[in-house]
Amino acid sequence: MIDSHDFKAKIYWKKNIQIVLSLLTIWFFVSFGMGILLVDVLDGFRFFGFKFGFWMAQQGSIFCFVILIFVYVYKMNKLDHQYDVDEDKDNFIPEDIYCPDKESKE
Amino acid sequence: MDVQVLTYIFVSVTFAFYIGIAIWSRAGTTDDFYVAGGGVSPLANGMATAADWMSAASFISMAGIISFVGRDGSVYLMGWTGGYVLLALLLAPYLRKFGKYTVPDFVGDRYYSNVARVVAVVCVLFVSFTYVAGQMRGVGIVFSRFLEVEITTGVLIGMTIVFFYAVLGGMKGITYTQVAQYCVLIFAFLVPAIYISMLMTGKFVPQIGFGSTLADGSNIYLLDKLDQLSTDLGFSAYTEGNKSTIDIFFITAALMVGTAGLPHVIVRFFTVPKVRDARISAGYALFFIALLYTAAPAVASFARVNLINTVENAEYTKTPSWFKNWENTNLIAWVDKNQDGKIQYFPGKPFHGKPEFLDMRGSEGQRKIKNEPTGNTNELYIDRDIMVLANPEIAGLPNWVIALVAAGALAAALSTAAGLLLVISTSVSHDLLKKIFLKNISDRQELFFARLSAALAIVIAGYFGVYPPGFVAQVVAFAFGLAAASFFPVILMGIFSKRMNREGAISGMITGLFFTASYIVYFKFINPSSSTPENWWFGISPEGIGTLGMLFNFIVSSVVSSITAPPPKEIQSLVDDIRVPRGAGASYQHVKS
Repeated sequence: MIDSHDFKAKIYWKKNIQIVLSLLTIWFFVSFGMGILLVDVLDGFRFFGFKFGFWMAQQGSIFCFVILIFVYVYKMNKLDHQYDVDEDKDNFIPEDIYCPDKESKE
Repeated sequence: MDVQVLTYIFVSVTFAFYIGIAIWSRAGTTDDFYVAGGGVSPLANGMATAADWMSAASFISMAGIISFVGRDGSVYLMGWTGGYVLLALLLAPYLRKFGKYTVPDFVGDRYYSNVARVVAVVCVLFVSFTYVAGQMRGVGIVFSRFLEVEITTGVLIGMTIVFFYAVLGGMKGITYTQVAQYCVLIFAFLVPAIYISMLMTGKFVPQIGFGSTLADGSNIYLLDKLDQLSTDLGFSAYTEGNKSTIDIFFITAALMVGTAGLPHVIVRFFTVPKVRDARISAGYALFFIALLYTAAPAVASFARVNLINTVENAEYTKTPSWFKNWENTNLIAWVDKNQDGKIQYFPGKPFHGKPEFLDMRGSEGQRKIKNEPTGNTNELYIDRDIMVLANPEIAGLPNWVIALVAAGALAAALSTAAGLLLVISTSVSHDLLKKIFLKNISDRQELFFARLSAALAIVIAGYFGVYPPGFVAQVVAFAFGLAAASFFPVILMGIFSKRMNREGAISGMITGLFFTASYIVYFKFINPSSSTPENWWFGISPEGIGTLGMLFNFIVSSVVSSITAPPPKEIQSLVDDIRVPRGAGASYQHVKS
């Protein structure tokens, strides 16, 4: 278990925030940016049979959202491994847990 | 075979399947009942989350609404998917590491306060009941149209099925039936979409057909044709918006943040074994949701073209059978204002209010209505909800496809209803009884109370389904607005700020709730006639006000927490602990022992 005051934990958290902020910037840009604020400007361009802004608002942004989550998963798994906070050493198999009577809980 | 027989077959087979799963996955402990024992695979959880999330509204109503509002429908498309990015990046992994059963659990423990816990429980109950009423109503509508039974009977059948797997199986039963329901609903949504796309554009993938040329040899793009049809009749162009940019911005944000803060969605991430699984299952969930959400705008545009081509200037006596069928279920009405026997379809309302049918027929055989006609030339009333359900009939698809849509709509409504009922029962048995009022009950007694409250909640939900309060449509804005203005900021700050304390969280939640609720109540109930963009604050409609409530929540909680004492040491180390994935299994054991 990692020590909460560990210097390494602070760096890990900082890197985590960087990943989240950079992905959220893209998230904001493709939806609120291209799908809402700039939609009329982008409608001036064609994308196959779509006006580009319309397409971003109704379909394109959703594709971007899906990709963003998978990129996040990939980056975080790598980061967890680098900072040795991943769960590979957790030998947790839920079915195997003996569940004592809940009256003694806490 | 005719549609009704096929529908009976499809619906019975799927229902038998759901009951079978329920019996196979009975819950033995509160862990099973609340979080399916914490052992659901990420892929299964992704599917279950998708079914949990996609309700009767997503399946039945959304494409219909988009079909009528065009580009502005993007608020639902982006709002109800973009929230998953927030959920995956900001909430799900940390809540999984925290490893308890409910959202009020997190709020109560992180803010070391039963007041905060109770405020959270009240929000959970309000949001969930609002939502579940709509689902039961959806079940009733599908039954009455496709199986020709009374709405009441339909609701009762739906209640019995949900009762079976929610009360017996708890989260465990719900999870695996939701996986089955996802498969049914996505199949039922995509098959007609593919069919219609093939017919209209010759493209197999509806998402591509949406941006292709029509297959009628005219070489015109579908959307250009639709813009032209719309403007010819005096509607605004389909690909252009009518709402103000600021309103679209705020509504989208409220729906996104509200999605991320909805308790029945959050709780699904407690069911996977690891933090890593919580992250990836949010990805799977959004992928499965996106299959429907990217097809929906395509379906909306196909349906719109078909509708205009079929009804505009058509003689009533020659309209296809679907037109009369839906007229018989009160969802279509026609007033022949110019007495020419033809249907004229133009912008504006054909008459005042919702149609009230009289028990007599007009000269052409149409049902007569009591309502006072308006002065414009539009003669047609169409309920938006029928677009998805009627779409296969409008496009002339085979009977089995029409029957399939009925089974899919039921799957969508039942899966969401079950998820909501579980959240309601958990908040009562776990958050209220176990944590506050009856601290000494055993696991078995708690399980009994969980089942009892699930059963009670089903009865209440069924009542709302049979006697829908007239305000259901209005209160949906409430559910998202309140989730956005209350839960999201509190959970987010609980993870990302160690300084956020009890006083800040409670005052923030109350401010967000109070502000959002008063704004919505004022414009929806007290003074609905003044609900126009000129009177709204900064032009923000009640649907979007949750975003402003959320900002107020952030501001108030930050200010209050900075002038009161920081949270105790053990809370600060709790926050440190939930920030690292390792030990998610251990934190789970900690909860248990």
